[in-house]
Amino acid sequence: MQKILWTLFLLLLTSNAHAALNVFACEPEWAALTQQLAGDKASIYTATGPLQDPHQVQARPSLIAKARSAQLLVCTGAELEIGWMPVVLRESTNSKIQPGSPGNFEAAKYVTMLEVPTRLDRADGDVHAAGNPHIQTDARNFLPVAEALSQRLIQLDPANAVFYQQRFTAFNQQWRAAIAKWEKQAAPLKGISIIVQHKGFPYLNNWLGLHEVAELEPKPGMEPSAAWLGKVLNGLQQYPARMVIRAAYQDGRPSEWIAERAHVPAVVVPFTVGGTPQANDLFAMFDDTIQRLLAGLK
Amino acid sequence: MFKKICSGTAVAVLMLHSVGACAASPGSDNAFNPALSLILSGTYGSLQQDPAIPATGFAMNPNSGHEQSFNLGESELGIAADIDPLFRGIATISLASAGGVSVENAFVQTSSLGNGLNLKFGRIFSGLGYLNEQHSHTWDFVDQPLVYAVLWGDQLKEDGIQLKWLAPTDMFIEVGGELGKGSNFPGAVRAKNGNGEGVLFAHFGDDIGIEQSWRAGVSLHQTHAVDRLSSSIPAAGIVSNSFSGDSQTGGLDFVWKYSPNGNFYERYLKVQGEYFQRKESGSLTYDAAGLSTAGTATGSYSVTQSGWYVQSVYQFTPNWRTGLRYDRLDPGIASLGVSLTGKVISDYAFNPSRLTWMTDYNASEFSRIRLQLAHDNSRQGLPDNQVLVQYIVSMGAHGAHQY
Repeated sequence: MQKILWTLFLLLLTSNAHAALNVFACEPEWAALTQQLAGDKASIYTATGPLQDPHQVQARPSLIAKARSAQLLVCTGAELEIGWMPVVLRESTNSKIQPGSPGNFEAAKYVTMLEVPTRLDRADGDVHAAGNPHIQTDARNFLPVAEALSQRLIQLDPANAVFYQQRFTAFNQQWRAAIAKWEKQAAPLKGISIIVQHKGFPYLNNWLGLHEVAELEPKPGMEPSAAWLGKVLNGLQQYPARMVIRAAYQDGRPSEWIAERAHVPAVVVPFTVGGTPQANDLFAMFDDTIQRLLAGLK
Repeated sequence: MFKKICSGTAVAVLMLHSVGACAASPGSDNAFNPALSLILSGTYGSLQQDPAIPATGFAMNPNSGHEQSFNLGESELGIAADIDPLFRGIATISLASAGGVSVENAFVQTSSLGNGLNLKFGRIFSGLGYLNEQHSHTWDFVDQPLVYAVLWGDQLKEDGIQLKWLAPTDMFIEVGGELGKGSNFPGAVRAKNGNGEGVLFAHFGDDIGIEQSWRAGVSLHQTHAVDRLSSSIPAAGIVSNSFSGDSQTGGLDFVWKYSPNGNFYERYLKVQGEYFQRKESGSLTYDAAGLSTAGTATGSYSVTQSGWYVQSVYQFTPNWRTGLRYDRLDPGIASLGVSLTGKVISDYAFNPSRLTWMTDYNASEFSRIRLQLAHDNSRQGLPDNQVLVQYIVSMGAHGAHQY
């Protein structure tokens, strides 16, 4: 009996010790990118679902358990995960993934941040000192992030360096071709005026040349009130917009309210991999985003 | 200047689609070194009964009570920082409204001992149960459940050491133990070397799909109280009793959270419950100061007290939540030595209970305004309808919340 228990205990201890690199991805887009770059060399756990607001995640017991055995953490950074990651990291006791360790990868460190606030005041709502963290809406941002992530994979798992290098080269090529395709497809969107529900799209706007005229949240992270929506609606008479955009995880009511009254379409974009049924991988996420935006023009 | 050069490089880098050496500004937690936070809170209370009256059968337990009229609550100053690569320090200083400063928490925690080990030492909230470790500003109701109020004086805090081990499994399994001075209820201040109390706990938790998560736990607490004084047994006027003996408590806790699509920002439902049972046996000195006409008497005393609560909180829009809680206590039947008969009540034949409803408005995650109504039937023959209004705001660095 004792022998059986001991064997079970050992099994329990070694259940995670298979060869693949254990990756803890904070958001689905980084899980998808890691999947592209590491293939079956990584076993990837995604901490948040595609329809979750990534600012507000619970430091669930399961996250702590998964972080305990992670060898690489792939997150957005720039304070996006500040409400839950510090607890997960501390409770995991895993020195490999603490900030500053090679196992702690923050994508935002490799792209040019937009909307870096010049003043930090919570009266301005949920502002992030490092800039707007929603970097995944500009496809171009994935190039430097992928290169850095690939290097990190090589650093952590040098035995498969050649494999990671090949995967990156292939991804880099495909992604550049895809960017060229998306930019061509999205040409009619250039200069189009849009309303956004949450300030989640500066990178998308910057990339495709969309012009943001209003936000439905009075301050980032604050719920749109009826009075504020009325104000936005009035403002639209002066600065008309062609569509109102929101991320798939957001409540549709404020967008629908404005869309109905301003007679513009409400467009839902996936925002991350899995946000819409069509956005089932990184490529499809941008295919679908652009298709949906173009459909909004009609 | 550095920033300017840096962003210039980054633009060039982006155009070349290549990685540069340009790093973003350092993480914010370290920008506040140490991270400082201040929690302000206050209440308005309207009660029908004197809050000094303890729950029936629990006169020898702590009574946290409520305050009437306008009150400034505890102002809580929090300071936290990494000390060095090995240690992290956290202190919570409580400023009482009547004046006076107390140290609520002050401990050192290992940052990354590895192998799932987590060591804390200093003044900590014990890891037993579910609510015990939660700071008052994160409570879902103005007050703690009755069982926490009477068995732990709202929260068991101890000067000691805690070691936790997180199992390397996909499921969350954590076991921990604590050794402490044991000077807080159910312990008592005493002059003695060595360990005054011990705690063992285990927590388990996991997700069920993407929408549900849960955590369950068992805890054990043991201490030996010496001359633990308690005042006021209403039936016999104000007298002080002194208890010396063993105290053993076992507890079960459970919490389950549900959110459509796992999107906690929009909506969630939280259901939790805890049960504690405490067995104490030793000797009781009735009227230790000899103030009553009945005179001092000492005899053997043993009792098993228990209590439980279940509560549920529903956040139905990003700004609004509502919650319901039911509390119940069992004072048990005390076995008394002959000399205590007639002086100490053995069987109260009454189970204190309370039903509480709350709703709160959260303009952001940094402010909360709450209305709480309770029908408190914890004192036999003295039902109390309580109205409490509370505000809690948090300034400065805002640490991530526990599950």
